[in-house]
Amino acid sequence: MRIIAFSAILFLIIIGMALFIKALPVMRDNGLFKLLLSGSWRPSSGEFGFLPFIVSTLYVSAIAIAIALPLSLLTAIYLSSFASKGIRRLFEPVIDLLSGIPPVIYGVWGTITIVPFIANNIAPHFSGQSSGYSVLAGGIVLAVMIIPLLVGLFSEIFNSIPGEMTDASLSLGATKLQTVNRVILRRSFPGIVAVTVLALSRAFGETMAVLMVCGNSTIMPRSLLDAGYPLPALIANNYGEMLSIAGYESALMLAAFLLFIIVFLFNGLSRFTLNRIEKRYHF
Amino acid sequence: MKRRKENIFKVIMIAAALVILGLLLFILGTIIWKGLPAFSWDMITKLPGGGFYLGKEGGVLNAIAGSLYVIIGAVALSMIISLPLVMYVNFYLPSGSRLAGLVRFSFDILLGVPSIVYGAFGFTLMIFLGMRASLAGGIITVAMLITPIMMRSFDESTRLMPRDLPDSLLSLGSTRYEMIKVIMRQLMPGFVTATLLATGRGIGDAATVLFTAGYTDNLPGALNEPAATLPLSIFFQLGSPVAEVQNRAYASALILTILILILSFAARYFSSKFSRNRL
Repeated sequence: MRIIAFSAILFLIIIGMALFIKALPVMRDNGLFKLLLSGSWRPSSGEFGFLPFIVSTLYVSAIAIAIALPLSLLTAIYLSSFASKGIRRLFEPVIDLLSGIPPVIYGVWGTITIVPFIANNIAPHFSGQSSGYSVLAGGIVLAVMIIPLLVGLFSEIFNSIPGEMTDASLSLGATKLQTVNRVILRRSFPGIVAVTVLALSRAFGETMAVLMVCGNSTIMPRSLLDAGYPLPALIANNYGEMLSIAGYESALMLAAFLLFIIVFLFNGLSRFTLNRIEKRYHF
Repeated sequence: MKRRKENIFKVIMIAAALVILGLLLFILGTIIWKGLPAFSWDMITKLPGGGFYLGKEGGVLNAIAGSLYVIIGAVALSMIISLPLVMYVNFYLPSGSRLAGLVRFSFDILLGVPSIVYGAFGFTLMIFLGMRASLAGGIITVAMLITPIMMRSFDESTRLMPRDLPDSLLSLGSTRYEMIKVIMRQLMPGFVTATLLATGRGIGDAATVLFTAGYTDNLPGALNEPAATLPLSIFFQLGSPVAEVQNRAYASALILTILILILSFAARYFSSKFSRNRL
């Protein structure tokens, strides 16, 4: 019976091990440091430099967080401390639907609206030429995708703050704004950080939408308007060729392993923090 | 002065909330605006004609059927795994046990693993087992993706259930297994919600089936044959240079979005029913 409980943990270990074993050959041939720090990606001559993909992933995720964090934080504060019950009710399905829309639909939306907007309205003001398929497009689409996660978890954290605390602050003559600043935000700061890390790890792993709007060029992106090629898109896009070139499959599995490890660490840390916060208030 | 600051802040917050609401409407609007003119009954009743990439005829019945086959199989598999696990963690382990905490923590981690990683792992597993891209491969991989979602959601609703009934059943001398059979009625809405949530997530995911289910213009005939799926058909058709095929991608996107909306509202309905039971 106990084995049932361990199956979830066991499954995690198996995934990690399998990807690691698959990634071993390419690490042995090239060395992990060279793989991570080299910028040249020529699978046919056995060169697998992951730097452009890692940089793209970081760019795209950073843009997504920069856009989504303020919007989500403000919305969550509004919903938990200012909005009427009716508005809160209205927003529940909005957040639900946003989080339910599949990545591929976000991708379609991005290619129809964001990509041409960047090509026609933003790029001409800067470098001039851009197809619109860019790191920026990926970041914007990703931002919309992580908003529901951020708003949902932020609201949960804010709602878990005991009412006596905010009541005490208000009864001492503080305004609602001061209460938000000095009680709610200060109190939930660790939670806000943890949720942001969680959203970041979601952004790292998002595949389909990013694949559809980023442009997928193996050259390092120099600006936000250049095409990028995040790691998940790299894995998804090269499925066809990967079995015909030596070491290619192993290199892609290394990319999957890297994603797995990073997400594992980020998720683990933030869930650990969130669980502790939850315990502090509930028991 | 204080008032004024607060009002300005309030305006900013409302603006942020409106932006988020606007984004949802913008996305749905775009999909409807592009998808509706391209939609026809042929889309859901016919197979693609003359190759999915260049053929201008037909619909995406292959993808709709494939997606349904994959999701039905995956949800069934996922139910078989998550039901006993959640029951074990909630009713067999003592409350507040370390092991239960560890298991829940691993649900959380599994929930965060990106679908492309499940796809890559599923692909590796299939090579290891000597399988080719097939309906069975897709089912197994999608089940990996949605099982954590189902477990976590079902676990959450189970935890919120009042313990009086299970406790009194136990005190009357029923075994744990008999108790679970009795309280299953109370657990049902939570289980249905979890299933619908998992279904929505699984039916829309492309990265898991990309390597594992393959693609075909025909209906999947058997478990070891490749199966087309709706998200992949959208992705592939959008990449076509032919305008008619691209339009079909928009119509397919509309079909998928409608499916997701239905699932999402159904999940909402059941979870509200559940919270009524709780009171």
